[in-house]
Amino acid sequence: MSSEFQSSQPIYMQIVDRIIIDILQEKQSLGGKMPSVREMAIKMGVNPNTIQRAYSELERMDIVETRRGQGTFVLENDDLLDQLRDSMQKEFIENYVQKMKEIGASNQQMISQLKRYLKEDE
Amino acid sequence: MSIKMEAVTKKYGKDYALKNVSISFEKGRIYGLIGPNGSGKSTALKLITGLAFPDEGSVSFNNQTVSRKTSDSIAYLTELDMFYETFTVQETIDYVASQFTDFNHEKATLLLKEMKLDTTKKVKTLSKGNRGRLKLVTTLARDAEVILLDEPFSGLDPLVRDSIVKSLLRYLDFDHQILLIATHEINEIEPLLDEAIAIYYGDIIGQEKVEELREEQGLSVLEWFKQLVEKFEGENK
Repeated sequence: MSSEFQSSQPIYMQIVDRIIIDILQEKQSLGGKMPSVREMAIKMGVNPNTIQRAYSELERMDIVETRRGQGTFVLENDDLLDQLRDSMQKEFIENYVQKMKEIGASNQQMISQLKRYLKEDE
Repeated sequence: MSIKMEAVTKKYGKDYALKNVSISFEKGRIYGLIGPNGSGKSTALKLITGLAFPDEGSVSFNNQTVSRKTSDSIAYLTELDMFYETFTVQETIDYVASQFTDFNHEKATLLLKEMKLDTTKKVKTLSKGNRGRLKLVTTLARDAEVILLDEPFSGLDPLVRDSIVKSLLRYLDFDHQILLIATHEINEIEPLLDEAIAIYYGDIIGQEKVEELREEQGLSVLEWFKQLVEKFEGENK
């Protein structure tokens, strides 16, 4: 398959995340036109109904809008990038904290380990 | 448009291929009939095409009992390789076109190009991957209301699978067609499906919408299938 998906999360939500990352990396420009549902389905190798659902979710999140007869466009909203980056970061931190809790790490350890890791990485 | 199997039982000799199976399919959706080898998937497809008939129960297409007549509207890719070895790719296409009134030459040409098949090559010289591709071209080029694919990816490498999936998505007419894929390659097929139907040694042991399965139960189709089998085995010891 063209894309690999994790087993637990709905596929349409994983596609939403990928599109948001594309926007953050400026692969998909603000104000730009998104591929049609069919094109995106072919590109990702997934069911068009799943892509439609992802687009609807992005619309609900005020990230894209569908213009009748023209297609789906990323909103040209200056705050949007910041908002998306912020919420994505929160999500990753949540994951980190949850995993650390699962193996019994304290808040202190989470912070000190992260600091140590960042230092090593420099 | 719909296909209905009602209380269908099919036996081969003493062995049950399907036991009291009821399922239905609606247009505009992609269904996966999933189960291990020998679980009755192919039998189910043959009953829908009218290549086999039920011992009990009924199979209908648009409220008509399935017969050789209704098979005009159904494109069926068998798991078997059924080509004339000495034909070229083009001769194979022309032959299939002569057998089905709904064969769309334009679509066939586009598909051949997309699948990068050389029309002058003889079938016997094709690689396994290209035979798989040619099989798909002959099936997808028909403007049939129903497309049945029996193990379309069997033995094909990931790149060939990819090109097959892309062609399926490109040429399927979602407003007018039903696509039913029978396979044991569950993970590979999951992203394509609207609904998964689990079949296990003649019994339908589950049917779910794929995204609901993930959203409400946090399960991929494969995980769901394994749970169903475990439960089924437990109850039928």
